[in-house]
Amino acid sequence: MSMTITEKILAAHADLDRVEPGDLINARVDIALANDITAPISIDRFEKSGATKVFDKNAVILVPDHFVPNKDINSAMQAKVLREFAKAQDLTYFYDAGEMGVEHALLPEQGLVLPGDLIIGADSHTCTYGGLGAFATGMGSTDLAAAMVTGEVWLKVPETMKFVFTGKLNPYVEGKDLILYTIGDIGVDGALYRSMEFTGSVIDNLGMAGRLTMANMAIEAGAKNGIFIPDEATEEYVSGRAKREYKFYTSDEDAEYTLVKEYDVSNIEPQIAFPHLPENSRGISDVGEIAIDQVVIGSCTNGRIEDMRSAASILKGKKIAKGLRLIIIPATPWIYRTAMDEGLFKIFLDAGAIISPPTCGPCLGGHMGILAKGEKAVATTNRNFVGRMGHPESEVYLASPVVAAASAVLGKIGGPDQVM
Amino acid sequence: MKIQGKIWKFGDDVDTDLIIPARYLNTSEPAELAKHCMEDADPDFVNKSSAGDIIIGGKNFGCGSSREHAPIAIKAAGISCVIAKSFARIFYRNAFNMGLPILECDETDRFESGNSLSVDFDTGEIILIEEDAKFITKPIPPFMQELVKSGGLMNHIAKQI
Ligand code: SF4
Repeated sequence: MSMTITEKILAAHADLDRVEPGDLINARVDIALANDITAPISIDRFEKSGATKVFDKNAVILVPDHFVPNKDINSAMQAKVLREFAKAQDLTYFYDAGEMGVEHALLPEQGLVLPGDLIIGADSHTCTYGGLGAFATGMGSTDLAAAMVTGEVWLKVPETMKFVFTGKLNPYVEGKDLILYTIGDIGVDGALYRSMEFTGSVIDNLGMAGRLTMANMAIEAGAKNGIFIPDEATEEYVSGRAKREYKFYTSDEDAEYTLVKEYDVSNIEPQIAFPHLPENSRGISDVGEIAIDQVVIGSCTNGRIEDMRSAASILKGKKIAKGLRLIIIPATPWIYRTAMDEGLFKIFLDAGAIISPPTCGPCLGGHMGILAKGEKAVATTNRNFVGRMGHPESEVYLASPVVAAASAVLGKIGGPDQVM
Repeated sequence: MKIQGKIWKFGDDVDTDLIIPARYLNTSEPAELAKHCMEDADPDFVNKSSAGDIIIGGKNFGCGSSREHAPIAIKAAGISCVIAKSFARIFYRNAFNMGLPILECDETDRFESGNSLSVDFDTGEIILIEEDAKFITKPIPPFMQELVKSGGLMNHIAKQI
């Protein structure tokens, strides 16, 4: 019987030959992840359950990335809860300040999440790891606490929607634009409770950074997971960094999908998602004149080294508009160091940017770049909800790193074509 | 179990940043979170609402972040249940896991802020008191019912330890 990649991974982790959409399964988890916002609740629930040891000290990963370096006393207390728990449980993978990076950039980079894995995280963007060909989904702190105790999670097998991207990408169109376009097409609940599988000739040539960006935003369409079929590019990315064995799964040719969508990417230009939902995306030529106060380039969506290089390619030899703040946040210490070694920091600083240490920071309105009332920002992040980056009357426009960089130079929303 | 309460109505796609903005997530203390419940959707919500009131949403209620702080804030603010056309999946799980009753009903457009509802969780029946009109909600899946009966997920798995 035929199955999709998602169904195969779920079946394997539930020791079943076969699963079907709608089945309720109890599955083994390979990795359970939490951060400085969600872990304190998980740890509290874990301790109250009477459990004394996590199911596997190599499989429970804690990354205090949201408010670290600690932004205030309360957030310092939260980070401390993680630190003490990690010590008491002797967790192998606890990333404290200095080693810490934005979790969904850090885990793939460190080879901790791998193709064929079943990963749950108390963070909605855990779905990022689908870029590697893993089943990965976000949950709440209590689900995570239960998995920390048992090493298992209950899941309903989702239906799968297939997205096929064909044609030739226009200049400056990246994974970010493809996913914003897709969410614009199906809406923020267009994939509710479902799996999104991304395929097609364009995806084959996309590269890992673009795939991780796209999988990252599957949750923005309400999906349970986003997933890519692993291939040579995946192998090249994971071999050498994998900390464990991994396995490639693929969808059967006659697997069943609830819906198949085909997009000819030749029709897709760089995208901007307008406030206050990621589904409000439109092509850069339909934006009009929108002056901006701040640009943020970073996050688990677009804070990887490829994104730093893209931004630098636009900013090289240019200055950002007067009065605008450009905040660049390499997502992990490795990305930070590599960007520095490659000379990207010089380009950023010459352009007038601020370079932040790895952190989620302004992405969720935490710190390091909060917006005032009435201010507008272009960000390479994944959400533009009301108040997401600060004041409830501020606005966030989502875009790719090249569009964000070009907008920083222009002082208004605009595409790379306008500055190159 | 039956409850009765006054309605506070919100629209489609109420996200977790509206329910509890991230700027308050440097604590997980329920009473602290409750002070800011729905703040960016209606800054006065906490002062206006009273214990037992009901939140009504459109489609995709609770989309966005995985923060359990969202159902915690709603519950600690004294809200007795949330009724929406559909829920985002993480919010749906979280609500059951921590014991906030939620119900799916296609006809939430019929309810207005200020109306009162009587809700029977056993039968899934809702009565709009002002009109004496009856509405049926989607049944709660058996596994979720089992979770509720055990008193949430942690109690459910505690049996396995
Ligand atoms: S970068 Fe933003 S979206 Fe990603 S984990 Fe951090 S807060 Fe969440």
